[in-house]
Amino acid sequence: MAELEERPFPPGDYPVVVVGSGPGGLQASYYLRHLGIDHALISADPSPGGMFRQFPFFQRLLSWTKPYAPVERDHRFYYWYDWNSLLAEEPGNRAIMPDLMDGTSSFPSRPEMENNLAEYVSRTGLQVRYGCRWEGTRRDGEQFVLETSDGEYRCQAAVFAVGVAEPLKPDTPGFDLVPHYADTQPPENYAGKRLFIVGKENSGFELATGLLQWAQRIVLASPRPTKLSVNTHSLLGVRARYVLPVEDEILGGGVFILNASISRIERLGASYRVHCIRSEGGMEISVDADEVIAATGFTCPLLDLPKLGVDVFGRSGLPAMTNYWESASVPGLYFAGTIGQGVAGMKKYGMPANSGAVHGARYNARTMIGQLASSKFGVQQERPTIAPDRLLDLLLTEATEAPELWNQKSYLARAFSLNPDEGIRDDGIVPLAHFVDEEGDAAVAITVETDDTGDIHPAVYVRAQGRPAQETLLASHPLHDFRTGDNRAQLSQLLRGVTSGAVR
Amino acid sequence: MSAMSQQELVDTLSGLTLFADLSRPQVEAVAHQMTEESYPIGQRILRQGFTGTGFYVIVEGEVAIKIDGNEIARLGKGDFFGEMSILLGEPPVADVVTTRQLRVLHLGGSELEGFLRDYPPVMYRMLKSVALRLRNANRWRS
Repeated sequence: MAELEERPFPPGDYPVVVVGSGPGGLQASYYLRHLGIDHALISADPSPGGMFRQFPFFQRLLSWTKPYAPVERDHRFYYWYDWNSLLAEEPGNRAIMPDLMDGTSSFPSRPEMENNLAEYVSRTGLQVRYGCRWEGTRRDGEQFVLETSDGEYRCQAAVFAVGVAEPLKPDTPGFDLVPHYADTQPPENYAGKRLFIVGKENSGFELATGLLQWAQRIVLASPRPTKLSVNTHSLLGVRARYVLPVEDEILGGGVFILNASISRIERLGASYRVHCIRSEGGMEISVDADEVIAATGFTCPLLDLPKLGVDVFGRSGLPAMTNYWESASVPGLYFAGTIGQGVAGMKKYGMPANSGAVHGARYNARTMIGQLASSKFGVQQERPTIAPDRLLDLLLTEATEAPELWNQKSYLARAFSLNPDEGIRDDGIVPLAHFVDEEGDAAVAITVETDDTGDIHPAVYVRAQGRPAQETLLASHPLHDFRTGDNRAQLSQLLRGVTSGAVR
Repeated sequence: MSAMSQQELVDTLSGLTLFADLSRPQVEAVAHQMTEESYPIGQRILRQGFTGTGFYVIVEGEVAIKIDGNEIARLGKGDFFGEMSILLGEPPVADVVTTRQLRVLHLGGSELEGFLRDYPPVMYRMLKSVALRLRNANRWRS
């Protein structure tokens, strides 16, 4: 009983409540504390980690951490080489992940990642009320009331970082007979079996890769042709680590990849018959299998938030949000972590941001908390003044080295206000879609983008007072160092006009 | 606005003129190929002069088309936009701004050509729609 009473954040009134102790919830809580916003952090889990307490199934992440980088580990720029550590302002709490890896791979194992998050909580001294399950939500005047297994929490704003974590299966007949990816059995249980995997995204190919040596035959099927990340020039598509089944199919090695929709799954004694309709030509085909796994994605466990008025969309039931990850229909409710992928941003050349992964979500969370603190609690972050002769170097260095711009291409940007009365002020990292649609002071923002040929280059957005932003693309560089004479000259010309010649 | 199951989305798409000539498995493939996105009121989806734009089909909501800030048309459920700038390889000459919470299906610009070649009935429907727009624009001018 004494132990229970020592748990932090008992039910009560808090300015903000954060739900979830995965990377999104921890990062949001860290920056709320950093900005002095009192809040409670609650989690149904017994320990930190969120989905990394269980997944990926084959226990190895898809996101790199490179221990030997050309930048010191406590430097902000190191995070480009480390996609898995959470952000911290204190140098000693940065880049925790590489210290915990055993050197066998630049992709940490799942237990290493779980340790990384536990170590972050420990080093930063974050407090979490574990074993406290959010069960419902209602309004009481201006406040939100979160009903939990421990009692009621009242708040002015809530941040939900509950993941896109609930197994999703289609409502097609027969899917109730087969397990979801989340319920995949130990690999040896598939020895010698004919396996049918529904779904051709990373989770389907992760299973196919891991079970190649066990299964007798593997069929993967979904309506859309497989996309590979090396072809899309982004994390959209199957990652290089999981391409082995594609090669096996090409070489006729017992893997079959079908573009087909599943019309029905039926039980045939101890096995299954999967009825498919080919996407090309509409031909019907039936495939018998000993095991079927639905690698058909996950949905957001938003409980009763839609009833409260939160608009949701898509197969995953993501909330409709503003560019600062606030519910578009219920102001005051925010979303962190993988749910942030519901904000499409600019999506230039069709490339999605990396909001569904830690290396994107950590920056979204920091940016979102800055906006929440300012709009709901009047806490303004420092906006240092910049000497005009430093601006060009700053912009080009950001484009060359800033992990925010590289991890969230065409999504987050580094912005500077160019108000003649205030001088040049550093506005920090902002959502690009917000910047280009905002009609405010003269300003400049820089980001990095990959175009449809795979060329990576800086994109600059310059806004004259009260006018929409104009886009200019700068030149790429074979080694991605954009600090070239040509880029300086072009940027100088762009900025001279809006700064009345102060920037040259 | 609420979440749609895959079947509900396929039903909705089957009812849109653009996809009216496709078989159900084809519509299902389209639903998987295009990404569903949501945008709040007041956001620009296409921006005049910006590169790297996409093709969008409106599933729910409404947008205004604006040139230099002046509204020239509104589009709603079943309408599509973004194809002109992709086909011509030029940045959009208009802004497309949401006037109601918007749900769209999105296809990256570089994927449009392959998509239209894969689904000639969609290309034909698109051509008819563009011809109608052209006729109306000519009537307006004369």
